[in-house]
Amino acid sequence: MKILVAIKQVAILDDEFEMLDDGRDVDHDFCDYEINEWDDYSLEEALLIKERSNSESEVVVLTVGPEQSEDELRKCLAKGADRGIRVWDDAIEGSDQVAIARIIACVVEKEAPDMVFLGVQASDHAFAQTGMTVAAMLGWPHAAVVSSLDYNSGDNHATLKRELEAGLEEEIAIDCPAVLSIQLGINEPRYASLRGIKQAAAKPVEDLSHTDLGLNDNDVGEAGSVSRIRKMYIPERGHAELIEGTSAEQAKRLAEIIKEFRGV
Amino acid sequence: MSGILVIAEHRQGEIRPATFELVTAATGLKEQSDGTVMVAVIGKEPDRYVEDLGVRGVDEIITVQVDQDEFQPDIYEACVRGLIEDKKPSLVLIPHSVDAWGYAPALGAGGEYGFSTDVFGIRYEDGELVATRAAYKEKVYMDVDFPGKETIALTVRGGVFKPEEEKAEPTVSSFNCPEVQARSQHKQFIEPEDTGDIDITQSEFLLSIGRGISEESNVEQFEELADAVGATLGCSRPIADSGWLPKSRQVGQSGKTVSNCKLYIAMGISGSVQHQAGMKHVENIIAVNTDPEASIFSIAKYGIVADIFDIAEELPGHFE
Ligand SMILES: Cc1cc2nc3c(=O)[nH]c(=O)nc-3n(C[C@H](O)[C@H](O)[C@H](O)COP(=O)(O)OP(=O)(O)OC[C@H]3O[C@@H](n4cnc5c(N)ncnc54)[C@H](O)[C@@H]3O)c2cc1C
Ligand SMILES: Nc1ncnc2c1ncn2[C@@H]1O[C@H](COP(=O)(O)O)[C@@H](O)[C@H]1O
Repeated sequence: MKILVAIKQVAILDDEFEMLDDGRDVDHDFCDYEINEWDDYSLEEALLIKERSNSESEVVVLTVGPEQSEDELRKCLAKGADRGIRVWDDAIEGSDQVAIARIIACVVEKEAPDMVFLGVQASDHAFAQTGMTVAAMLGWPHAAVVSSLDYNSGDNHATLKRELEAGLEEEIAIDCPAVLSIQLGINEPRYASLRGIKQAAAKPVEDLSHTDLGLNDNDVGEAGSVSRIRKMYIPERGHAELIEGTSAEQAKRLAEIIKEFRGV
Repeated sequence: MSGILVIAEHRQGEIRPATFELVTAATGLKEQSDGTVMVAVIGKEPDRYVEDLGVRGVDEIITVQVDQDEFQPDIYEACVRGLIEDKKPSLVLIPHSVDAWGYAPALGAGGEYGFSTDVFGIRYEDGELVATRAAYKEKVYMDVDFPGKETIALTVRGGVFKPEEEKAEPTVSSFNCPEVQARSQHKQFIEPEDTGDIDITQSEFLLSIGRGISEESNVEQFEELADAVGATLGCSRPIADSGWLPKSRQVGQSGKTVSNCKLYIAMGISGSVQHQAGMKHVENIIAVNTDPEASIFSIAKYGIVADIFDIAEELPGHFE
């Protein structure tokens, strides 16, 4: 049994940041990087299934990203994933999530896993799009925003809950293999052990380009996309009236506002 | 290609309000997209929704009869694709909702239509459609375009456009769902558990904590703080997901909308759109955050750029 987990390295903006000269992204010198929060949960879900399984099973982590994103793959390997795949080359630059999904779908076809997990959304651009796009490209059954999953290796269908709005959930049955987007809170992601971190260094990470996957230049980058970022900017919008001063002064003013509100 | 196709959303027999927000968005674009506004509703007995969907701005309601009333992604995808091929709209608007996340991205997958998500601004520039959405925890906006695409499908953020309420009587037609095999089956809806906890939606004054509190052991201090100032304690999602506070305290899209709240103090909460969904309507929002660029400040009335622990230390003294 094999589960493929797609993960993304996301950028977290520093408190102060600048835009790039071309005005189409923030200057990444002002960013920290980490694994997308949702992907911690989907990796954990895959690891739990693997640990429950009696048969030989494998968890493969995949990312589409430049060299530095290998860090996140290694962190997944340290937690127990078996091997990593990283796809990148210059032509992939400028891809929207459709082009990224096309690459992921190609890896899925190559690896033929029993399940594919992605996060509900990536915290940087919050498209909430990639998982179901991959599913559509593959023609696989799919479900979005999975908050609980009943599936064991070898099963040809799964029962799961989708988290809807306002605390409502929906239980569904689905045919497998399937593509699922996994929601926060479905499990409690583990931390890597020291031993795991040591072992991760020795686990294989395969580097692939779009041509290795049989894709053309037209399938990736802007040519393979259905949308394009025209510009990115810091919006002009309303801003709170700031309460200045030392924290003692700020707290005093806050207390006044509260008292005024409560009429005491 | 002309006209705008809105896909109605319904659940448990009720049209969801986002549908009427999309009608407003569509009406505003009608002239530039030079065509009609069509609202399609997919369901087991779609006619039952026709009366509700008859609002100003809608030219045509299209009913699509399928085997089940509950959302199913394969069915929705097939119907919406079928509708696009038949009606050839230049723009398709879908609520940016959990159900839409389950099928709308499939519309982008084929490459023939432009597609983007969580859009809250739509305009035409020199005849070309430009959509605005946010990134990096709402700190920046991006304008997205769709070179060479004649049909563009967008999922639209909730709570941005004012829902159209004025009744009207559009024409009604029906459309046949293309042949499709559903590969998942709806079993049941599960309502949130009643844990007997207090109902935060009743409270007029909430103090909510977010990931800024860092550790579970700090929750108690803020529980005491809320008590001291007379507020009900709420939280953002990570606090509930970690089990530090019960789910019933979570404010936001997948938690509670604090409809009676008049004063909301957000401490160590960044202001994600999903959190805002439950509280941005509150008249008096005060945000405390170390990051002066946190998006919560864009909806707050008052902002305090400070460490929540410093404020939490100082505040109770004023309430003794
Ligand atoms: C389908 C779906 C549904 C969701 N539903 C909800 C929902 O109902 N409710 C909800 O809240 N979220 C929901 N989310 C999650 C949401 O996207 C965000 O991940 C979440 O709201 C972030 O919570 P936060 O603001 O507490 O954390 P963060 O975004 O991590 O923000 C923490 C903030 O604390 C500040 N901070 C840190 N330390 C301090 C300090 N010492 N003093 C002052 N400030 C400090 C930081 O500057 C930062 O702004 C949902 C997501 C999805 C995909
Ligand atoms: N570049 C990428 N490489 C691998 N997986 C990705 C990438 N971008 C997005 N994903 C996956 O898609 C999920 C949702 O991302 P998005 O649709 O961009 O919000 C993420 O949680 C990842 O699982």
